Amino acid sequence: MSAGTAKLNVTVAEVKPINELVTRFKFVRTGGGDLPTFSGGAHTVVEMEDGGQTRLNPYSLMSDPADRGAYMVSVRRDDEGRGGSLFMHNNVKEGMEMVISNPVNLFSLDLRAKKHLMLAGGIGITPFIAQMHQLSHTNGLFDLHYSVRTASLGSYAEELQAQYPNRVHVYHDDQDERINLEELLDTQPLGTHIYVCGPKGMIDWVHKTAEELGWPREAVHSEEFLAPASGQPFEVKLAQSNKVIQVGEHQSLLEALEANDVDAPYLCRGGACGQCETTVIECDGKLVHYDHWLTDEQREAGKLIMPCVSRFEGKTLVLDQ
Amino acid sequence: MSKTEFPPSITSRPVYGELEVRPGKHHLMIADAEGAEAILGLASSAPADLWAQTHIIYIPKSTGETYTGDLRALNPAQMYVGPSYEAAKQRIEDTFAKAHMGLQVYLTGTEGLMGQAMAAAIAAGIPHTAIQTEHRGSTARRMQCVHCKGITEDVTTDPFVCSHCGLNLFVRDHYSRRLAAFQGVCIDAEDPGNVPPQVEVFK
Ligand code: FES
Repeated sequence: MSAGTAKLNVTVAEVKPINELVTRFKFVRTGGGDLPTFSGGAHTVVEMEDGGQTRLNPYSLMSDPADRGAYMVSVRRDDEGRGGSLFMHNNVKEGMEMVISNPVNLFSLDLRAKKHLMLAGGIGITPFIAQMHQLSHTNGLFDLHYSVRTASLGSYAEELQAQYPNRVHVYHDDQDERINLEELLDTQPLGTHIYVCGPKGMIDWVHKTAEELGWPREAVHSEEFLAPASGQPFEVKLAQSNKVIQVGEHQSLLEALEANDVDAPYLCRGGACGQCETTVIECDGKLVHYDHWLTDEQREAGKLIMPCVSRFEGKTLVLDQ
Repeated sequence: MSKTEFPPSITSRPVYGELEVRPGKHHLMIADAEGAEAILGLASSAPADLWAQTHIIYIPKSTGETYTGDLRALNPAQMYVGPSYEAAKQRIEDTFAKAHMGLQVYLTGTEGLMGQAMAAAIAAGIPHTAIQTEHRGSTARRMQCVHCKGITEDVTTDPFVCSHCGLNLFVRDHYSRRLAAFQGVCIDAEDPGNVPPQVEVFK
């Protein structure tokens, strides 16, 4: 179960297509009342009952954290994905009742920063929208550099430019516009923190460039939700619950645990938070790690696995679960 | 005089490392007295263009002219030599105010100097874990009297007499990062006048 304990019963108040790929969903509390507060950068895990299968996908909250009346998330349709985003796009309608988790923040602003420099790629814009709301209530200093494929696929780009003139800079891939990262980073005042959310390549580029330019590691923050990778099906023995379970090709190990009524811990379901860390008792084969959590030494040791994204190939895997 | 090894202590007591050249386009080195040796020690491993990107702020204290010539010979982009931290304070704060991210900060010398420059760097927004330090020279302490709040610089004995209120103070390892000072607590509060003999514990 989620370490973020209680779940929230919500009703879909609005489904709004933003462009060809992105749709926005608004949730209000079923039966009325305020939703819990959150801080910019938080996400919620949305539960989807998809024909006998429960899908649990994390989405960043993009609404104003000061507005407790509703939460908003934006979902980019992924036709090649495992189906969560397609379910949101095709099956979720206004008036539908759903269950979501309490907000959890793994990408919060460091409020000791003198300035916040935000770098977004594509749908990675959503946590920044909530953070910009939050900062504008407290007169916090920020700049957003937002890279999009084309103007029509640049979700919220125009609105944000209108709302925060001079602070929001948009770069269009199809017009060969690129963030001049080195110059941008070299000209930031002391006390600036960087936040990056977008594709893996962009996140790696920002971390690497910042390190080369002498930025402290503590001043560079990133968030990337991994979708669980598909792979060969495998079998797992569970020592505590005394079960043998099968993990399907398009199923994560965590999902297989849940489908077999094993109460496994999780928060982000995307390999980032560390909550699901599980001890490997026996492993005859290869652990395939996809997470951002374990260190290289821990991987080498082969005693831990993150079931939300990682897999196994081989003969026997026994987990302390 | 090489890098100092301190005995293990409580977690609030600062620990110091060894300076190394880190990547960056601007470098600020603040040192007092024998701290100059740690800067000079960087020269052997420094890339050729390091000194042209370096600003040195140096307070010789009792070492006088011993190191200033060698430091100037490094040809730093800027060098300031001043009589005390107080005198250099405004320059240090102005330097931070005008600096950009990527600036590398190197502090070396006495604890009082490193602590005060560290506080200025943190106030300017640099995470404290990103600031390099190396202890050189005197282990004399900058002390705050917890009773009158007065600061006594360069304390070498335990106990010592507060230079502001005159109480007999016991030297603790309890350190305030904000004040850049160790805490001194009255040693004869319960039995006034019963003061253990002064021992020179810091040199
Ligand atoms: S649930 Fe966060 S790392 Fe697995």
